Amino acid sequence: MDLGALFGSYDNFLSFTIGGLVFGAIYALVALGYTMVYGVLQLINFAHSEVFMFGTFAVAWVFVALHGTSSAQWSLGRSIPILLVALVAAMCLSAVVALLLERIAYRPLIKKNAPKLIALISAIGASFALSEGMGLRDKFAQWFGLDHKLANYVSPGKARDVYSNPVSILPHHLFSIGGYSVTDVDLTIIVAAVLMMVVLDQLVLRTRFGRGIRAVAQDPESAALMGVNSTRVVQLTFLLGGLMAGAAATLYMVKIGTTKQDAGFTLGVKAFTAAVMGGIGNLRGALLGGLLLGVMESWGAAVFGDQWRDVTAFVLLVLILLVRPSGILGEALGKARA
Amino acid sequence: MTTPSLMVPPVRQSPLHKVGEWWDVRVDRYNAQPTYLKAIWAVLAMVFVYALPLLRLPIITTNQIDFGGVMFDCATFALVALGLNIVIGYAGLLDLGYIGFYATGAYVTGVLTSYHWQWPYFLSLPLAIIVTMITGVILGAPTLRVRGDYLAIVTLGFGEIIQKIANNVSWLGASAGIKNIAHPPSFGKQPNPPFEQGGAFAIPHLQWNGLVPSLDTTHETHVLVFGALDAIPYYWLILTVLILVIIGDRLVKASRVGRAWEATREDEDAAELMGVNTFKYKLMAFALGAAIGGLSGSLYASGQGGYINPQAFMLIYSMLYVAAVIVGGSGNRWGAILGGVIVAYLPDRFRQLGDYRYFIFGLALMVLSIWRPQGLLPPRRARRARAAEAQIDALEEGDVEVTDV
Amino acid sequence: MSDPRPAVLEVDNVTIKFGGLTALNEVTFDIREGEILGLIGPNGAGKTTCFNVMTGVYQATSGQVRFGGKPLGRMRRHKITQLGIARTFQNIRLFKSMSVLENVMVGADAHSRVGIFDALFRTPRHRRTEAEALARATDLLEVVGIKADHDELASNLSYGDQRRLEIARAMATGPKLLCLDEPAAGFNPAEKLKLMELIRKVRDEGYTVLLIEHDMRLVMGVTDRIVVLEFGQKIAEGTPAEIRDNPAVIAAYLGVDEDDAS
Repeated sequence: MDLGALFGSYDNFLSFTIGGLVFGAIYALVALGYTMVYGVLQLINFAHSEVFMFGTFAVAWVFVALHGTSSAQWSLGRSIPILLVALVAAMCLSAVVALLLERIAYRPLIKKNAPKLIALISAIGASFALSEGMGLRDKFAQWFGLDHKLANYVSPGKARDVYSNPVSILPHHLFSIGGYSVTDVDLTIIVAAVLMMVVLDQLVLRTRFGRGIRAVAQDPESAALMGVNSTRVVQLTFLLGGLMAGAAATLYMVKIGTTKQDAGFTLGVKAFTAAVMGGIGNLRGALLGGLLLGVMESWGAAVFGDQWRDVTAFVLLVLILLVRPSGILGEALGKARA
Repeated sequence: MTTPSLMVPPVRQSPLHKVGEWWDVRVDRYNAQPTYLKAIWAVLAMVFVYALPLLRLPIITTNQIDFGGVMFDCATFALVALGLNIVIGYAGLLDLGYIGFYATGAYVTGVLTSYHWQWPYFLSLPLAIIVTMITGVILGAPTLRVRGDYLAIVTLGFGEIIQKIANNVSWLGASAGIKNIAHPPSFGKQPNPPFEQGGAFAIPHLQWNGLVPSLDTTHETHVLVFGALDAIPYYWLILTVLILVIIGDRLVKASRVGRAWEATREDEDAAELMGVNTFKYKLMAFALGAAIGGLSGSLYASGQGGYINPQAFMLIYSMLYVAAVIVGGSGNRWGAILGGVIVAYLPDRFRQLGDYRYFIFGLALMVLSIWRPQGLLPPRRARRARAAEAQIDALEEGDVEVTDV
Repeated sequence: MSDPRPAVLEVDNVTIKFGGLTALNEVTFDIREGEILGLIGPNGAGKTTCFNVMTGVYQATSGQVRFGGKPLGRMRRHKITQLGIARTFQNIRLFKSMSVLENVMVGADAHSRVGIFDALFRTPRHRRTEAEALARATDLLEVVGIKADHDELASNLSYGDQRRLEIARAMATGPKLLCLDEPAAGFNPAEKLKLMELIRKVRDEGYTVLLIEHDMRLVMGVTDRIVVLEFGQKIAEGTPAEIRDNPAVIAAYLGVDEDDAS
């Protein structure tokens, strides 16, 4: 244990805090997918991590398509044109995966009013299939004789290995807080994530769609009697969750630059933790939970060593649940303050 | 006055429903027999199950990996599923981090019998059970008071933490794991083939040429030698434990404790108002499940290889355990055992599918949960309740003829 | 109104607030041993809230509920049941996938001290309590008249029989006070008559009964005393005859909702 690493100097403290906020922002965006689906269906959307994982691949694929496979180091400014395309692609792919997930893995069970536990098993199955399917993409391409044509995308024989974005994005110093150098990459991630969450929050709070979501979350039967199409609302929830996961995937690739077919699992577990911490079903709770989790685990990593990062996160979760069982902001997708 | 009689049409069912019906018919026939016949059948069935790895029956025997080892894995999974069934099936608590208890049991045995101390195996076993049970109480006591869904995430976190701890703490062997874990004591000396016979006596295996069996004297199982060469004695040990746990499970389920679990699962508030201390019973189920997890982990650690490392306790296996219980039929011990065996056996039997194994497994889970949400062998009552519900649905949909008699 | 019988349950100045809403306002009454007390009032008068505070589901904001002189306070719900208050539910809450007999046995287990070791080793104590619970459950099924269906799943019973089963399950906990929350909801007149008989029979077995009911004829016909609530306040208390002629009750209750008064 090394408290000095964290509290020894103000600069260190800030750098770990800001580093934590960056990951926290990504957790928060992914957490939305868990929190909204839970709010509406009371179901742990276990396969949401794979929705995110597909997004990260979409980002890398767009770079391969538009730039090629030669590795390069660009500044954020130079990557922005391709990055925007990648953002759209990732959001689209994630949204499609999320919608397929709803259609294939959940809707038949929701219709039958099956126990939640069964839906969770279906979700676990879908999660296995999606992540393993991504690891088998070379084999699938081979069925159609496309594995060599698409070699840059499906990595024949190495589909289960790490897949990198050929362009690594170099962070640039923008300004300093204390002695800590805030980079354009960090700032972009935090600002973009918070901005997107504010937009989503307002969407749920102010639009007709949002009212539908809140109505179904509060009382599905009455909502149905009032003419709310609950299937449509559930679809919309998955769509929004998928879009946000795609955005998170883009930000993740800006920061990390590599992905893998199982990249979603740990991140997904943490995002769900963030959702529970903030109060599951509560959009603002997801933001708060995500940021808090990011910062706390970054501090934990500083004090106890990097290998204890995840342990800190879960210990924190247990502590918060003990003190405040319904999360920091309470559970409230159905309540007026969405 | 005439009474209207309802002609309820047969409810359409998926082919998988036949599994449950087939099982019911067998159970009924078995129960209809006189006691001495029942005993004979039970003994025969037990002998058959014990002899399975020796018989090496065609089709079910795995050819690419040692069949005895596969049977050991199946029995381990069955034991794990049986323990988790108490938590999920009886008490209705979703435990996603069961692997954490399994790992705890394995590491207690590893540390006590090899890494730090040299205890004999059967001394470490009870301690492994007690330590995991205490772990279960410590984890369950705070979380079982809050809502059920949170138990899922807290246990998930627990499973992850245990694996990380095993991976990072050098006192536990870190990523290299622990080797030379003590085996259970052998009866007789170790064999030194082909010259020296080990154990008390040796049983040859069968080999099959098509459907023609013959004795395979080059492969023999020495009774009862727990060594590195033969997995079958380990299979027999864990099978014996499994049978004992099944008996215990039966006794507890058919008692006040089993009723309290079931009532709590059905309607927690109502159960509480009927005088059931629901918290106590939930904690009991959780800790009991944990103890059985620790028991199976300890047996696994002292298995053929005598080696454990953190990779054996990945969180993803926890998902497999839950899947085993649900696929088999949550709440029915035979269903859970069947699920455990299926989940352990299929990936090994179909090794030739290679990388496709888990992809297909995932799809199969999805299909099964949509097609047969109650599992292959749901508890009998659930089957009856569902049949009644299906009839009521049919009535409501109006595809029932009402005739005056 | 001096009654020599001792009070089983005393509701003393109980107030319950949910946020800004006062559900019960300084309500005071008691239930005496061996009587059937009716608790009536228009919808939203606070009957079920009152019920819930007696069985430990809600905590009183101020005031006290005493059972046999002992304040219930923050006692856990299963303790209250073991102490001797049992209830049924307005919307039936049986353990649906358990058999009829098992449902009652869960109630009968309330005072059992048998634990997991007794179960594992089938101790004499286990065998004795199990046999007692079985006998008690069978008796109670006989009393409420659904013994023939003991092996049926609870969810397969008819609506009326499910209500009967709830009563048997509550009685199995060995209560001193049995609280019935609208037991006649959804019954036809013939079934209501049978229910009245059953309630009297239960009282004759030595139980004290608290009855919340909408149906005035049933309440007037079966109770010894009635407490009337309106908007969370007690507006009247007395014998059925007194309540029938009480102008406040007529104004508040009978006048408002003639269907219920009929």
